[in-house]
Amino acid sequence: MAKVRLATVWLSGCSGCHMSFLDQDEKLLELAGEIELVYSPIADVKNFPENVDITLVEGAVGNEEQLELLKRIRKNTKILVALGDCAVNGNVTALRNSLNNSVEEVLKKAYVENATLKQNTPTHVPRLLKKALALNEAVKVDFYVPGCPPSANLINYVLNELLEGRTPALEGRFKYG
Amino acid sequence: MSKTVELTIDGKKVAAKEGDNILKVARENNIYIPALCYLEGVSSLGGCRVCVVEIRGSPKVFASCVTPVAEGMEVITDSERLRRYRKWAIELLLAERPHVCSVCVANGNCELQQLATELGVDHLRVDRKWTNYELDLTHERFAYDPNRCILCTRCIRVCDEVEGVHAIDLMLRGKNSKVIFDLDDKWGFAESCTSCGKCSAVCPVGALYVKGKPLSEVKKKELVSFVMSRRSEKTIG
Repeated sequence: MAKVRLATVWLSGCSGCHMSFLDQDEKLLELAGEIELVYSPIADVKNFPENVDITLVEGAVGNEEQLELLKRIRKNTKILVALGDCAVNGNVTALRNSLNNSVEEVLKKAYVENATLKQNTPTHVPRLLKKALALNEAVKVDFYVPGCPPSANLINYVLNELLEGRTPALEGRFKYG
Repeated sequence: MSKTVELTIDGKKVAAKEGDNILKVARENNIYIPALCYLEGVSSLGGCRVCVVEIRGSPKVFASCVTPVAEGMEVITDSERLRRYRKWAIELLLAERPHVCSVCVANGNCELQQLATELGVDHLRVDRKWTNYELDLTHERFAYDPNRCILCTRCIRVCDEVEGVHAIDLMLRGKNSKVIFDLDDKWGFAESCTSCGKCSAVCPVGALYVKGKPLSEVKKKELVSFVMSRRSEKTIG
């Protein structure tokens, strides 16, 4: 049987969810027997491939580049999983949404008011979206795994259920924050 | 002497005092109904709609905290429909203001967070409101973050009915409602506040809290039961 093609993606988040993914420790070895990691911050692949079975996406959608990537992910993925609070509901990444919805104000706050050196707003980087978005505000999401970060056990449970072709039952298993 | 009525909750026959609400009677008989704005010892509001139940013979659902028991009533506390409604209630509360658990003082001690887990509210289907209320840190011992408030009014009821002061109330309506001190004064300047701390003890989320102390140290639930035991002593005495 062909291995399940798994991708993991890091958008606007702290990488904590990926750390938690790696915290599956020895269970990663069992997982490795069943999956092929086709795209990930821990695999050197430049472009998001086609025909991906499961993609775990960490982080909210913060800028235009990420939005484009997420749309490509959706197009090329059978099962899209929002991994962690940022992907599920914006979390810390979306705290900036409270600042009157102005990108300029956000940039000024971060790079001018709270900076001691080089008080300039950045250029030559992808433009911030007006609001940081949870994944389901941009594309259809199939499963949600809340947590900041979700525990390694929860990630492992969800992956195994999906690999077995079952729907993960999250009631009572997850915790926001 | 008040009359006793007989009813069934989830098929279990129970006796109750006439006039008591369904939620109270269920709890006395160890039948679990999730609830959020309900607080034993103060009046019921029926605001959060998490404690909804079905009553056989009626197509409606009823907030069990404000529905009195009646003779022969058949209450159903769990069904697919009730679970769906409860989920929606929690979801709307989560969406109404920016509830960001990971940076909240109540993380791990929050009834909203706990209910989200329990009811499986693993994402939101409605747009979130990113409110930007100013944090009130003017009180010496307590803090108030309206962005985390779910408008359950427990603080208002406990201040009015237990402390007997009514320093707290609601301002405006609907999603613009805001819990205020005195006439929308800063907490530190609210003259009627006695600084008793009951409001922060009963807050189910991280909106009212003791400064400089994580809730895990304050142990909210113990505080709440302490406040309420004092209340019943007073009532009896």
